[in-house]
Amino acid sequence: MSMDIDITLTVNGERVTERVEARKTLVDFVRDDLGLTGSHVGCEHGVCGACTMRVDGVIVRGCLMLAAQCDGATVETIEGLSDSGEVADLQAAFEQRNALQCGYCTPGMLTAAQELLQQAQARNAVPSRDEIREHISGNYCRCTGYHAIVDAVESVAKARAGAKS
Amino acid sequence: MKPAPFAYKKARSLDEAIALLGENPDARLLAGGQSLMATLNMRLSAPSLLIDINGIGGLGGIAHKSGAVEIGALARHTDAERSATIAQHAPLIARAMPFIGHPAIRNRGTLGGSIAFADPAAELPACLLALDGEVDAQGPKGKRTIKAGDYFKGLYETALGPQEILTAIRLPAASADTRVGFAELARRHGDYAIVGLAASARADGKGLKDVRLAYFGVGNTPLRAAGSEAALARGDIDGAVAALDLDPHDDIQATGAVKKHLAGVLLRRVAAQLMEQRP
Amino acid sequence: MKITADSPPVLSVLDRPNSYIGRAVPRPNLQRLTQGRGQYISDVTLPRMAHVAYLRSPHAHARIVSIATEAAKKAPGVVAVVTGTELAKVMTPWVGVLTHLKGIKSAPQYPIAVDRACWQGEAVCAVVARTRAQAEDACELIDIVYEELPAVTNPETALDPATPVIHASLGDNLCFERKLDVGEVDKAFANSDAVVEATFVTGRHTGVCTEPRAVVADWNEGEQRMTVYHATQAPHMMQNLFAKHLDLSESQVRVLTKDVGGSFGIKVHTYADEMATVALSKLLKRPVKFVADRIESFVTDIHARDHRIKGKIGVTRDGVITAFEIDDLTGIGPYSVYPRTSGIEANQVVNLTGGPYNCPNYRAQARVVFQNKNVMCQYRAVGHPIAVAVTEGLVELAAAKIGMDPLEIRRRNLFPDDGYPAQTASGLKLEQLSHHEALAHLDTMINYAALRAEQKALRDKGIYRGIGFASFIEVTNPSAAFYGVGGAKITSQDGATVKLDAQGAITIHSGVTEQGQGAEAVLAQCVASSFGVSMDRVRVVTGDTDNTPYGGGTWASRAAGIGGEAAWQAGKALRGNVLAVAGAMLQAKPEELDIRNGVVVDKTTGAERLGLDELARVAYFRPDTLPPGFQAELMVTRHYVPRGWPFAFTNGIQASYLEVDTDTGFVKLLRHWCVEDCGTIINPQLVNEQIRGGVVQGIGAALFEQCLYDERGQMLNGNMADYLVPMAVEMPDIDCGHVVSPTADSELGAKGAGEAGTAGAPACIMNAINDALRPLGAQPLTDMPFTPGKILRALGKV
Ligand SMILES: Cc1cc2nc3c(=O)[nH]c(=O)nc-3n(C[C@H](O)[C@H](O)[C@H](O)COP(=O)(O)OP(=O)(O)OC[C@H]3O[C@@H](n4cnc5c(N)ncnc54)[C@H](O)[C@@H]3O)c2cc1C
Ligand code: FES
Ligand code: FES
Repeated sequence: MSMDIDITLTVNGERVTERVEARKTLVDFVRDDLGLTGSHVGCEHGVCGACTMRVDGVIVRGCLMLAAQCDGATVETIEGLSDSGEVADLQAAFEQRNALQCGYCTPGMLTAAQELLQQAQARNAVPSRDEIREHISGNYCRCTGYHAIVDAVESVAKARAGAKS
Repeated sequence: MKPAPFAYKKARSLDEAIALLGENPDARLLAGGQSLMATLNMRLSAPSLLIDINGIGGLGGIAHKSGAVEIGALARHTDAERSATIAQHAPLIARAMPFIGHPAIRNRGTLGGSIAFADPAAELPACLLALDGEVDAQGPKGKRTIKAGDYFKGLYETALGPQEILTAIRLPAASADTRVGFAELARRHGDYAIVGLAASARADGKGLKDVRLAYFGVGNTPLRAAGSEAALARGDIDGAVAALDLDPHDDIQATGAVKKHLAGVLLRRVAAQLMEQRP
Repeated sequence: MKITADSPPVLSVLDRPNSYIGRAVPRPNLQRLTQGRGQYISDVTLPRMAHVAYLRSPHAHARIVSIATEAAKKAPGVVAVVTGTELAKVMTPWVGVLTHLKGIKSAPQYPIAVDRACWQGEAVCAVVARTRAQAEDACELIDIVYEELPAVTNPETALDPATPVIHASLGDNLCFERKLDVGEVDKAFANSDAVVEATFVTGRHTGVCTEPRAVVADWNEGEQRMTVYHATQAPHMMQNLFAKHLDLSESQVRVLTKDVGGSFGIKVHTYADEMATVALSKLLKRPVKFVADRIESFVTDIHARDHRIKGKIGVTRDGVITAFEIDDLTGIGPYSVYPRTSGIEANQVVNLTGGPYNCPNYRAQARVVFQNKNVMCQYRAVGHPIAVAVTEGLVELAAAKIGMDPLEIRRRNLFPDDGYPAQTASGLKLEQLSHHEALAHLDTMINYAALRAEQKALRDKGIYRGIGFASFIEVTNPSAAFYGVGGAKITSQDGATVKLDAQGAITIHSGVTEQGQGAEAVLAQCVASSFGVSMDRVRVVTGDTDNTPYGGGTWASRAAGIGGEAAWQAGKALRGNVLAVAGAMLQAKPEELDIRNGVVVDKTTGAERLGLDELARVAYFRPDTLPPGFQAELMVTRHYVPRGWPFAFTNGIQASYLEVDTDTGFVKLLRHWCVEDCGTIINPQLVNEQIRGGVVQGIGAALFEQCLYDERGQMLNGNMADYLVPMAVEMPDIDCGHVVSPTADSELGAKGAGEAGTAGAPACIMNAINDALRPLGAQPLTDMPFTPGKILRALGKV
């Protein structure tokens, strides 16, 4: 049985083929093998959310998945979300509102918040502050105290809803 | 903090996975990975082989058939959370879902994994017990069905054999007279509960019958509170609280005495939920 | 001068035409971080870099009988397996003492334990390998024989003769002791109408920075130079220490910080494993990387705040505080942490207790003892949350006892706003504070009367809400009095170098560091304002000992007040130099010119005279056209150190509104407010976010966080599932307000703001909980964190 696995996947729109150690987590793979250091490692046991990224369209903990599991998958990290412009408004809101200090939690926070914003848009709703807090409940930020983050996400939710109607 | 080396194999069928388990006694099944991966990263467990069951077809469905709701082992928490079938026919599960971890955890974690892992503080095992559900398992000797009451054996210990795979759970579908209640107390949203209570009953005129109370976080397995069930069926809430015969151990979040007190508080709250619901 | 939340202060002398002082401009360097393009030390990789993992002692106290490394050395990918004895030949040990903490003592600490491990988690052997995973694999192959020794874990008995002494050479387990007796304490208590006593316990916490500690050390044998990429708050201090203990000169060591994923005081200390990593690079002549994982962070990142304080307050019937008395006991682990020592926290508790109040009678005793647990040292708001909890807890208990409103008792005792300079009973010199104005502002902000009415109405319905307050003072802008006088090479001055580039843009090099608090924005605002350009023309370089002025870095809320002033002055000086060039070019008097928005203008009319790009072009490429003998100086450096006052104290008051579920003991935070006076506000948004983040750290202390140990010295909750940090759902929205009393020590007048939130929040939450439960006759809660179990016990329900 092999300790090394060949995988082919799409990362931020690029096709990637690599041989990885079976034990390598997805977040270590994108950081170490692909140099995508925007995904961060804060706990490696699933609690802090710093490694949050998107696999096949939904947010996951990069530290609780193996790279080997991602053969055939579509992986999107903060670098991809940035370059596509998908979260440009959310990034701008974080910058304007100073919703980040050290920025270590930020890629995961943005990725998690974007999922909520998409869900809200699909429902044609603006999430409440409580709903925003709930959706980022698994993303730890030691610096901000969360208030500014909630403000930033809320303002984007309103702006997107306004732009749509 | 990196896992010890292991081999990885993505199984394409249940038979293949069962065979791999037979050939590699210390292999582990990998479902959502939301419990297993953390223990691997911390080297609390070091299997020689991980058998990824995510590629096995037909294990992810949620269906209402012949008076029961059948949930495939690989149904993700998120699938259950959003399922109209579950909302309608298994409302207790629908109530419990938002308490499990966080969105990213629920996107990966599976119902089968939860029931197989059988964390004593987890929501779903208690729901299974409260609903008197059953577990489908498949192993080298074929398929079998295990009643919830026979399934939970001890701390992280279930009736599943070493080569058995949980394939689905089945819950009696809710009928017009079904009543469910759910409450838990966790320090932070999404944490495992200090104490939780999942309950089901059937309306009986203005009262209740077939009351089933399943506590979690108070013992090595989810625990029924039989004496309290009988009292609740009589409409005697004080009696139900007095009849609680739990003996929880101290843990990091709370002492046994605190847990026991909280169990009583939850009982009152859940009893109110059971009584409140109108068809 | 009162400012409502988020609005800029009134114009002052600092307002120049393009002033950014007082404006909530966004930080210039954020896009890098929101796009995932920051560079944290954990992201750094270098050619030939190897990774180190440390095998750590499973015992709190044990003799290391033998270490068998053969199997590990043969494991795949392993470069070296190094024991403490071997590494001691490369790096000398250190002792964490300061001369101004009289009598403080500690034992030599080695980068890797030699012969004896003194806490669970202390590194006992290093494995360097191609990958971190391989290094961890090999750690499992090391066979260590330990002989367990008795662990000293209870501070209360640490000094008993029957308790084993951890370091025989020290004679006992006492690290440091301080006593203070001011005024006539006994007489004051005797003359009081009420005396209240309580024992406060503040739980052991740790910082849990989102990015764990990280260091990449690169010894270049060819250059004989050590480059250390280090997630530190104080690069120059670390440069000194690496050089000293590797027997190098400071010029042989370069420390670079890059982006840092949170620090809060955690990353300003000497960590044995980081020192070992640097030593390993020297030994192996190649880059070595160490990133603490979360599990080892919990048992090695400094802990803090593990204090038991017996407190006593006397009051008269009309609410005059007559005396304070405290007896503080704290257990700090087996070593005093180098170089700041583990005596400072207790020393601060003694200094700060009673600090906001005009009360001349004060007695204090503090004892700091060794124990076999992870080390404790300075963490955000050092000592403040403890002193504030004791002081404010006692004040509200006294108010309750005499039936006085908690704001009223404060009004009667806070130092009067017009009575400065003043001095606290402990001897702290206060330049200008604004307790009363802050309190009045808070009173309005929270609509106190209405809040009390609501509280009362809800009580009648069986809903128990509480309102709690905490007044506080905060140490900021430390002078040499903090560490320098004690002999530590920790500079209190800081410098800024400002230069005009060949296209007329500005670069600042500063000795302070960016940890996310916005220091770079503040520096850019100061220079843009004092020099006269828009902020997009200013770039900031920090965190590189080769390329910045010698400075102290970031700690004790000093970056804005000290680093900002140096930058302000440097910008001003450069403006003078640039105007001299402009004068020469335009044949005008420099004093009749000014720089506005990047253009040299006529000072009185504002008419544009010369672009900075043109000025730079001439100065750099056609200096031959300037008058003979004239030399353009387009780079200047200014330094600043506070001299007038040992510290620039700030003040403020917080309020908490919360609801206690009296059936479950769960606390729901409804709202939190903070009014703060940090002098001149350079950037109100940054100040508010410092406060909000700090408040939430303080809430963590009050409700959630505690490093739990068993009596054998084993940490029980050293992971993020069990050590509960504050998460988004449980935290309230936080409103900020300001009063502005600038310090006259600097032209900017800015004081620090980084720790005020953390200082006041725990006391505030404690007081609110007690306020909620008072009508139920609950025992006052003074033992943090206030878990549901403790609240239920206070209510007599369990
Ligand atoms: C931060 C965080 C918070 C969480 N909070 C909660 C919470 O509040 N409540 C809660 O209930 N859970 C919580 N979880 C756990 C989560 O719900 C898990 O998903 C779940 O417990 C296990 O499901 P899984 O599919 O991830 O299983 P895995 O982690 O893949 O597997 C768990 C175990 O079950 C075995 N297994 C898995 N599937 C099968 C199968 N079909 N047949 C036989 N054996 C199998 C595996 O071999 C393994 O031993 C949390 C997790 C995290 C990281
Ligand atoms: S690193 Fe994955 S959740 Fe913390
Ligand atoms: S900004 Fe530092 S952890 Fe969130």
